[in-house]
Amino acid sequence: MAERTGMVEKRGAGLWLTHLGLCIGLLFIFFPIWLAFVASTVSQPEITQPPMPLLPGDQFFENYRKALLAGVNAPVAWMMLNSLFMAMGIAIGKIIISLLSAFAIVYFRFPGRKTFFWLIFLTLMLPVEVRIVPTYEVVASFGMLNSYSGLIFPLIASATATFLFRQFFMTVPDELAEAARVDGAGPMRFFRDILLPMSRTNIAALFVILFIYGWNQYLWPLLITTDPSMNTIVMGIKQMFPSGDDIADWPVIMATSILAMIPPVIVVVGMQRLFIRGLVDSEK
Amino acid sequence: MATVSLEAIKKSFGSTDVIHGVDIDIKDGEFIVIVGPSGCGKSTLLRMVAGLETVTSGEVRIDGNRVNDLEPMDRDIAMVFQNYALYPHMSVFDNMAYGLKIAGTPKSEIVERVDVAAKLLQLEPYLKRRPRELSGGQRQRVAMGRAIVRKPSVFLFDEPLSNLDAKLRVQMRLEIKQLQKRLGVTSLYVTHDQVEAMTLADRMIVMNGGVADQIGAPLEVYANPATEFVAGFIGSPPTNFLKTDLASVATPGASTLGVRPEHLRLTTDPAPMSGTVLYSEALGAETLVHLKLVDETLVTVRQNATDPLPDEGKTVGLLWDARDQMLFDAQGRRCASDAA
Repeated sequence: MAERTGMVEKRGAGLWLTHLGLCIGLLFIFFPIWLAFVASTVSQPEITQPPMPLLPGDQFFENYRKALLAGVNAPVAWMMLNSLFMAMGIAIGKIIISLLSAFAIVYFRFPGRKTFFWLIFLTLMLPVEVRIVPTYEVVASFGMLNSYSGLIFPLIASATATFLFRQFFMTVPDELAEAARVDGAGPMRFFRDILLPMSRTNIAALFVILFIYGWNQYLWPLLITTDPSMNTIVMGIKQMFPSGDDIADWPVIMATSILAMIPPVIVVVGMQRLFIRGLVDSEK
Repeated sequence: MATVSLEAIKKSFGSTDVIHGVDIDIKDGEFIVIVGPSGCGKSTLLRMVAGLETVTSGEVRIDGNRVNDLEPMDRDIAMVFQNYALYPHMSVFDNMAYGLKIAGTPKSEIVERVDVAAKLLQLEPYLKRRPRELSGGQRQRVAMGRAIVRKPSVFLFDEPLSNLDAKLRVQMRLEIKQLQKRLGVTSLYVTHDQVEAMTLADRMIVMNGGVADQIGAPLEVYANPATEFVAGFIGSPPTNFLKTDLASVATPGASTLGVRPEHLRLTTDPAPMSGTVLYSEALGAETLVHLKLVDETLVTVRQNATDPLPDEGKTVGLLWDARDQMLFDAQGRRCASDAA
């Protein structure tokens, strides 16, 4: 018994140290966000006067209302809606397309199957930035500048997601597909009734990653949206910075930054529950 | 209920021939076991009947209709897979009902049929559970249930018991046999386990290297094997094979002589053949005595536990009755003069 208490004590010390380390790390990471939050709750003169306040001021509602409804170039509420459309479009579109292409590559023997797989795989090496000029050319000639389709479609194909689903489908026993065949399920029925429900954890995990990827897109929306009403929030923040002699409305910009962070946090926290439930529920 | 007939079935993967022409007529309600070592093509044969594998040449007929080009679902068969292949995200009920649902069976009939199958297989308390919440034996039953509810004319089993522990395997074996008798559905059952083959089969097909070496009732195959392979594969411990010149058997054309362990007797008197005792295994009711002959051939003798045990290292004589010996030619075929 005595030995046991000793062990617990020892572990207790380690636990405290670990916690201390984590707390310091957390403060370190959290401090800039705190600063942004503080800056979004004070008035313009208070920010520009050093030292900057470290405690929230009384302008919270004033600043956020101004940001959401008026903004600098466009209302932030509108920009958030644009971002939401884009992020959802990219995440859902990517998942649908990659599920279908992985299904084709794993379950069908068509000529050039290997070639197609390697072509998809190759595009992993080409990020948006590398092909941005030709992509812009194509989108512009389709007349998709300043539109949701222009924001979404060029980013909708995903080699990573295709690859992930391919790897997952390959772990699904062949007998399952055969049993479905004996049961009379055609290929699409098998896909819908069996593969899709079995992939739901992967889909949830990918949705989180892809939503954040879509939400955080900066360069592409910056290039193709010139109309402020099509701005997304992440690039919109940059657009709010003053050019020339304008005065930056820092409290509103900071309020916008805080607002831009909220949806990804909601998605991560919300999906985490589903994600973990999926992991516990799943067969493997 | 249906007959199944295979006519000169051949299968090749690319340039490799896997099945070299198998013929069999299966009667309505018959339980056929296909047995053989791994890689002999027994699963491929079954999968061709199921329609999961294309037939390179030959004809598969179910109830007289050629089904070579039909999809599995149109062949009126049901299959039980080795790893059960249950849909992991569906409840037991949904697993069994899935095929019927696709076929567009009315809901009330689905419920009725699944209930009947669940009762038959004692699965009633588990209908709402997921496959992972079941034991191996229960999963096996669900896989059987999925086959039963479809009321197929042929059951196909692909080594259904090989993932179970030994005790459960014996129990399930019995259940499968009783179930098949009760339902009277023509069944094809693939296994590598000769005990399963002996106990389940009305007739068995012994496969060896893509060829059906022998087709017949289990006891007939045991008593009268058509080839050296069958004699060695069916029966445990396996048949002893002796060179005919050593055994001084002068039958023209015969090169090997086979005698089952239970047909050999040990004697201390001078005998035409003798060997050195290596070791004995006492199994309770019987004892296996392992001997080495002068030409290094190993021989096993099965004797009653009450018989005197020879000492290890001692030289003893071997005796057997001429009617128990089996003669095989150089190609491993049973000599015509010898077969009963």
